[in-house]
Formats: sequence, C-alpha cells, structure tokens
Amino acid sequence: MPGTLRIAYKLLVNDRAKYGALLVGITFAVFLMIEMTSLFSGVLARSSATVRNIGASIWVMDPAVQTVANSIPLPDYVLDEVRSIPGVAFAVPLYSGSALLKLSDGTYQAANVMGLDDTSLFGRPALTEGKIEDVFAENGFIAVKDSEFYKLGNPRIGAEFELNDNRGVIVGIAKVASSGLFGVPTLYTTYSRALQYIPSLRFTSSYLLVEPKSPADIAAIKARVKEIGYLALTKDEFIAQISNFYKFHTGIGTNMLIMTAISFIIGLSISGQTFYTFIIENIEKFGALKAIGAKGRDLVLMILFQAGFVSLTGFGLGVGLCALAIWTARLYLPDYAAIITGLNLVLAFLMVLIIAGASSYFGVRKVLTIEPFDIFRG
Amino acid sequence: MKVAIEARDVHKWFGEGDARTYAVKGVSFDAYFGELLYVVGPSGSGKTTMLSMISGILRPDQGQVRIDGTDIWSLPDDDLADFRLHKIGFVFQDFHLFPRLTTLENVAVPLILQERPWDDALAEARRDLDVVGLGHRADLPPVKLSGGEQQRVAIARALVSRPEILILDEPTASLDGDTGRTILEFIRREILTEQRCIVIVTHDSRIFDFADRIVQMEDGRLKSIERETLDAQ
Ligand SMILES: Nc1ncnc2c1ncn2[C@@H]1O[C@H](COP(=O)(O)OP(=O)(O)OP(=O)(O)O)[C@@H](O)[C@H]1O
Ligand SMILES: [Mg+2]
Repeated sequence: MPGTLRIAYKLLVNDRAKYGALLVGITFAVFLMIEMTSLFSGVLARSSATVRNIGASIWVMDPAVQTVANSIPLPDYVLDEVRSIPGVAFAVPLYSGSALLKLSDGTYQAANVMGLDDTSLFGRPALTEGKIEDVFAENGFIAVKDSEFYKLGNPRIGAEFELNDNRGVIVGIAKVASSGLFGVPTLYTTYSRALQYIPSLRFTSSYLLVEPKSPADIAAIKARVKEIGYLALTKDEFIAQISNFYKFHTGIGTNMLIMTAISFIIGLSISGQTFYTFIIENIEKFGALKAIGAKGRDLVLMILFQAGFVSLTGFGLGVGLCALAIWTARLYLPDYAAIITGLNLVLAFLMVLIIAGASSYFGVRKVLTIEPFDIFRG
Repeated sequence: MKVAIEARDVHKWFGEGDARTYAVKGVSFDAYFGELLYVVGPSGSGKTTMLSMISGILRPDQGQVRIDGTDIWSLPDDDLADFRLHKIGFVFQDFHLFPRLTTLENVAVPLILQERPWDDALAEARRDLDVVGLGHRADLPPVKLSGGEQQRVAIARALVSRPEILILDEPTASLDGDTGRTILEFIRREILTEQRCIVIVTHDSRIFDFADRIVQMEDGRLKSIERETLDAQ
C-alpha cells in the first residue's frame, strides 16, 4: 500500500470517535436497505412456493390467473386438448384448494390441499417419513413439514383429523423447498380424493401440469394452448408473473420500494454528512499536507481511499448485522419471510458506492480549493 | 556567497478596487546559502504573507521569487508542489502536526509524500528525531509532547527531506525564553550549513544574536536591514 494511503488510513481509523460514527451510519443504512429488500425477496419467493414445490415445467391455466393461490378451474376438455398437442410428453391435472380441518384436539385449522394426479402422482414432494404409495390407502394424506407444520399439531404418521366430515390420516411427512406466504399448512393427497372430500364447482382441475418432449417444443405448446383460449407458462414465467403481481398490483411492492428509498436517503445523508464533517474537521491536516508538497492527486486518492475503506467496512458490518437479525428473527418466528439474495447485496453495494462517491466528491472539492495560507494564518 | 532566495518587487493584496489592502507591497531582498536571516516587524506587517510567497505556498499578485535560480511561480502546480517537497522545509507558526500519527510518522510525512518506502522513511525520520533530541518520544502522539518538544518535531519534519531552504515562522513564540534560545542555538549549530539558507520570522528580541542578518518589515514594506538599529531597541 502506498505510504500516502497508509497515512490516510491512520488519519481515519485513529480518530476513533469519528470513524465509529461513520461506520454506524453506513452500517445502519446497509442494514435497513438489505433488510427491506430481503423481506421483499422473502415474500416474493413464498408467493410462488407452490410453483417451485410442484416443479412442473409448464403450467396451463386460465388467462385470468394472477397468483397461484387464486386458481380458476379448467374444463375437462382442456386436458384432452393439451394431451393431443404433439410436443407434449404428458399432461396431468392438479387440484389446488383450501379446506377446513378439525384436528384431533378439536380445534379448527385452515389448510391447503394439493390433489396429485392419481396415476402418476406427478409433482409429489420428497418424503422424509412414510411411503408415497400409502397415499392411495383409505383417507391417506401427506403433511408438509414447512414453517406451518406446527399448526397441524406437529402430527406423526397415523395422526387423524376431520376434513368436511371425512376422516383423514397422515400417512407421510414431506419436505418442500419453500414455505407458502399465507401462513396455512399444506396437505397432499390424490386428485380424486381431493375432489371427493372438498366440495367443488363443475370444473375441477386448477392447473394442468405439462412436461414437453424437449425444451424445443415449449414454444409450440404455448402457442397451441393459446389457440384454445388458455395460457401456458413455463415455471419461471409463472414465478415471474406472480412476483410482478405482488410487486405492482399490491401495496407490498410500492411500500417496500418507498422504504428502500427512505433507507437509502437516510443512509446517504447520515454517512455523507458525517464524512463531510470528517473532511472539514481535518481540513487543516490536508492543508498542511498540501503545503508540505502533496499534489492534488495525492489528496484525492487519500479521500477516495478513506471513503472507500469506511464504506466497505460498513457494508460488511451491515450485511453481517442483517444476516444476524434475520437468523434471530427466525428463531422466534418460524414464518419470518426474508432472504438475502445476490441482487439485494448488489443493490446495497451500489448504494454504498453512491454514498462513498457522493461523500468523497464534496470532500475532494473542499480539499482541492483550500489555500494552506488561509489555514496557517489561523 | 551564492544567492539562495531572490525576491523581486513582490506584492500581495487582498480585496479589489477601493477595498484593496496591501499585505506585502514591493518587497525585494536576497538571502544567501550559509546564512541565517531574520525577518522582524510588528504584527500585521506582512511577515507570514511574505514567507508564504517565497516558500511557494501563496502566489504573489506581482513580482518574482527565484529559489536557487528557479522562478518558482512560473512552475505548473504539480511541479511547484514537488519543488516544495524536495527543496523547502517550512515550520508553521502553530506547528500543524498530525495528532493521529505518532511523532515519528509526523517527521516521516515529507519522505512518504516523496513516495519513499514506508520503512525507509521511518528509519530516516528516526535519525532526524534523534538530531532534535526526541528519539525516545518516537511512538507517542504529538499531543503528549510539550510545546517545545512539538516545536522540535516540526523542525525535524521540515528538515527530514534535506531542504536547501528552511523557513520558520515564529519558532519561539509559544516557548519560554530559555527553550527558545536552546532551539535557536541548536538550529544555528546543527542545521545551518553552507548548502542551506534559513529564514526565521520572529518578534523575540531575546534571540536576535543568533542572526547573521536581520531585515525589518513594516506595513508590507522592507524597512531596514540594519542590525544595529534593532540591537539598540
Ligand atoms: N486572506 C486575507 N484577507 C485579508 N487580509 C489579509 C489576508 N491575509 C492577510 N491579510 C492581511 O495582511 C496583513 C499581513 O498579515 P500577516 O499575517 O502576513 O502579518 P504578520 O506580519 O505575519 O503578523 P503576525 O506577526 O501577527 O503573525 C494583515 O494586515 C492581514 O490582516
Ligand atoms: Mg505571522
């Protein structure tokens, strides 16, 4: 490290009080920003939990569907039509609905019920306990051990409950990649049992799950589904559509955006102000360096280094603090939806760069215009 | 004797039009290598302003300054900065040491700005700190030192790059009489050489006897360069 930067480092870090204030400001801003965007990411990830957990390549639905939870039943002929498309390897129906359970202790609990195609059980979750074939046994249900599992009373295999006056038995415990957004537990059963136990409208399929023969067939499948008046989305498209719904058609997205902007502005003003004060209070030192023979370039590098150093340290602390906060929150609230994604980190990092850049811009302007003579005359 | 500093008709004014006031008004003098020159005069007579112009810190509004033959105010900014860094040592009226650096690092600053490796710079600075008798204070921050010690640190910092010109503004103002004399004795004995010119601004008549020559400023002009008149005061 060049000696001038080492001096810059010492001027910064040895001034404990101001260095501390700078770090607190930036750490706080980074923390706020990552916390906000992570909450949002968490909400978005959960909003499409079903799509991720079922894992089908293509979903066929009514064009008016906006989120996975609000499905619109499809007439039976659609399944026949889709199955007859040349590029389709197979297509199966999926039932997705909600039901009211009466647990063995007599309490009521709402639940999601997913009905899997009886012949293939396509979209079934990975079981951690029990055997998947048992779902065909009388009254068989599989409980998903996600963050809502405890709301079913942490059932073991063999636990019983009532579903619309029908008996249900837990025959397996499954794990899934992602918990849902709505805070209700999920049960899997067969398509036919779901229809049998839960009162339905005339049409019964919520979605059709389609696997293409090859990825090259996807475009043709989508086009053909459109011709018959329905919508086929790949898994990623469906997830993006759900995310967009939450981002742009609910209050959540706007609020998160506003909060993120506020944390950015707070962070910028706290850290920018503190850094500028730091430069002003050190202006005499920069003036002395200038008088001794430091060039403008030396001083600019010193300030950039100081701003960069304090910003990156604050960024690291902010990320760490946020991870710690999320981890702690999860200990007490298993449902706490926040994930730090790469994009969140990149956004926060960009913010820190802007903070560092803006702060050093004003510092540099100040330092380059000082006349050492004015300082020495006192 | 070889001329070290040539000041020719140097002016500095502040404000414009009717509000224009002169801090330095047409000063010319020569200073020589091997000489210790005093600049005396009442407060506000323009001493600091004049020293700043001959040391490349404050641009004159009129006139020329040559140092060892170089017209310093015709140099581009970066070259002038380099010139100050290598040729001129300046001890400021209030020292202006860096409180967040150790005493030793303070002394090494000019060498570090010259892009010398850190450890070399510190080793060399330690020699000059020893010269001013503060080797045992190397690792303390300057605020822990007494006023006289801080003054010596500032002198060591001005000396460390072996400048040809050494300029000290009121080096004894904040010191008691004995310490002031000790420092001047030390400068005269250890720092003044045939290759160096030292200019000192002072009010302090107790140290006049260390000067080779004394020039007097009044109202921005150089009034007399007689030693005897001062001795008589
Ligand atoms: N930036 C400035 N704006 C206006 N006037 C100035 C400025 N700098 C210096 N002066 C004026 O120039 C004159 C000379 O000031 P200078 O500091 O050179 O005096 P000095 O002889 O060093 O005094 P002292 O012995 O008190 O240090 C003073 O009248 C001062 O007010
Ligand atoms: Mg002065």
